[in-house]
Amino acid sequence: MNLDDLTRGTGEWLRGEGPLSDVVVSSRIRLARNLAERPFLTTASESDRTEIYRSLASDVTAAGDDDAMFVDLDEADTVDRDFLVERNLISRQHASGNGSRGVSISSRETRSLMINEEDHLRIQGLRSGFQLDAIWEEVNRADDAIAESSPFAFDSQLGYLTACPTNVGTGIRVSVMLHLPGLRLTKEIERVARAARDLHLAVRGLQGEGTEAVGDLYQLSNQTTLGKTEAEIIGAFSTSIIPRIVDYERAARETLSKKQPVRLDDKIWRAYGLLSNARRISSGETHTLLSPLRMGIFMGRFSKFDVKRWNELFLFTQPAHLQKVHGVSMGERERAIARADYLRDRLEAID
Amino acid sequence: MSSLQCERCHQAKATVHITDTVPEKTERHLCENCAESEGVIVKHQHPTTNEVLQQFLKHKAASTGHDDLVCPKCSLSFNDFQLKGQLGCPHDYTVFREYLLPLIERAHEGQVRHIGKVPKTAEATVHRQTDLVRLRRELRDAVAGEDYEQAANVRDKIRTLEDA
Ligand SMILES: [Zn+2]
Ligand SMILES: [Zn+2]
Repeated sequence: MNLDDLTRGTGEWLRGEGPLSDVVVSSRIRLARNLAERPFLTTASESDRTEIYRSLASDVTAAGDDDAMFVDLDEADTVDRDFLVERNLISRQHASGNGSRGVSISSRETRSLMINEEDHLRIQGLRSGFQLDAIWEEVNRADDAIAESSPFAFDSQLGYLTACPTNVGTGIRVSVMLHLPGLRLTKEIERVARAARDLHLAVRGLQGEGTEAVGDLYQLSNQTTLGKTEAEIIGAFSTSIIPRIVDYERAARETLSKKQPVRLDDKIWRAYGLLSNARRISSGETHTLLSPLRMGIFMGRFSKFDVKRWNELFLFTQPAHLQKVHGVSMGERERAIARADYLRDRLEAID
Repeated sequence: MSSLQCERCHQAKATVHITDTVPEKTERHLCENCAESEGVIVKHQHPTTNEVLQQFLKHKAASTGHDDLVCPKCSLSFNDFQLKGQLGCPHDYTVFREYLLPLIERAHEGQVRHIGKVPKTAEATVHRQTDLVRLRRELRDAVAGEDYEQAANVRDKIRTLEDA
C-alpha cells in the first residue's frame, strides 16, 4: 500500500457511519509515549533522534498489521504531508517539524503511529462516529505490543513520562469532533461551552488550529491526564457530555424544522446552488456551505446525495487533496478554480 | 469601521466582522463576546493547561533558589525548564521532582498520582510500592492500637518487600 492508494477513498474518520453520526463526525484517542533511557526530543541530538526513529520504526512495523504503510516524513514532500494532515493521520506539528520523523498507518486508516512528533511516539486511533471504546481497545493493544520491544519511560507515581508535564500520567488525549449547525443557527452554542467547562474539557475548531469553527465543526478534548484512569477519562465523554450535546443539537434541529422550515430549506438549497455553480471557491467557503447540506441529509430535507458523497466532497476540496488528485502543485488562486470545477463536476454527475 | 458598535448587544465595540453568503450576502459586526456566544469564534473558556503552566513558571521563575539544579543525564537545568516549559529527559522527573510536583498538581486539577494503565514491565514495582504504602499504614495503626504482635508481623512483611 502507498500514499496514492489513499486518494481513492475517504478513509476511516469520514466514513460517515457509526453511532450518533448525525452529530458526531469522528472520535479520536492519542497516547503520548517516550522511550526509557533516551532524552526527550527537546534535548535529543541529531543522532539521538535518528536512533529513536530507527528503533521505533522497526518496532512499530513489527507491531502493525501486514498491510500497514510507513511514510518517512522527512523525505516526503509538502503536499504529501499536508494530505496526511487533512486526513487526520498526522498532526500539523508533525507535518511541519524537522529531522527524522515518520508515521505508520494501518490499512483502514483507523490507527496511526507517529514517530518523533512532540514525544517519541504518539499512538492514535481514529474512527467515524462515536466509537471511543473500540478505539481505546485498538490503541491499548498497539501500546502493549510496542512496549514489549520498546520499554517506555514510566514512573510509579507519575505514570508515563512526557517532555511536557501537562501530558504525564496516562498521556491520553481524547477528542470528539462534533457537527453543530443547529445550535449555531438557534444561537445556542453557549450551551456546549458551558457543558464543556463543567467537565474541564477544551473546545476548538477543526484540526485544533486557530479558534474559528469552520463548517460548524467543534472539537472537544480532555485537558488533564493525571489522577484518573483511561476508562474514567473516556467514560466522561460517553456517559455525560456527548449524549448531552447530541440531545441539544437534535433539539435545535427539531425546533428549526418546526418553527422555521423555510429558513432551513433556504439555507440548504442556496448552499447547494452556490456549490454547484461557483467558478472559484475557497476551502473555507466550501466547508461553510457544505455544513447545512450535512444537516439536511440527516434531517431528510436534502437527498441529492448521501453522507458518503458529502464526506468525499468535504475531504477532496481541501488544498492538498485537490493537488494530489490533479497531480500538480497549485497556488491558492488556481486551487480556487480547480475546486469549483471539481464541485461542479461531481455535483453534475449526481444530478 | 473601528468605532462600529456590536449589532447584537449594542454595547461593546465590534471587533469581529463576518461576511455571510448564505442565505444572502450580508455583513455582520459583533463584539468578541457576542461572536463567541453565537459560535462564530471559539475562545478558551478557562486557561488551557499549557497557559496555567506558563503562568506558573513565570511567577515561580523570580522566586526560586534552585535554578542551577542540573540533570546529570541530559544537562538541562531547572532554569532551562522554566524558560521553555519542557523537560529534557525522563530522569528530570527524579532530579526536579520536589519542584515539579506543585506545578503538576496545578496543571492536573490537584492530582499528583497516576492511577491509570501500568506497563507490564513496571507492574511488579508498582504493586510492590502500593503494597508498601498499605503495609506502612497497617503498621502505624497496629502500633497506635498497641497490637504489638500484629505490628511485628506487618514489620516483617515490610522488610521482605523492601529487600526484594
Ligand atoms: Zn456584543
Ligand atoms: Zn535530564
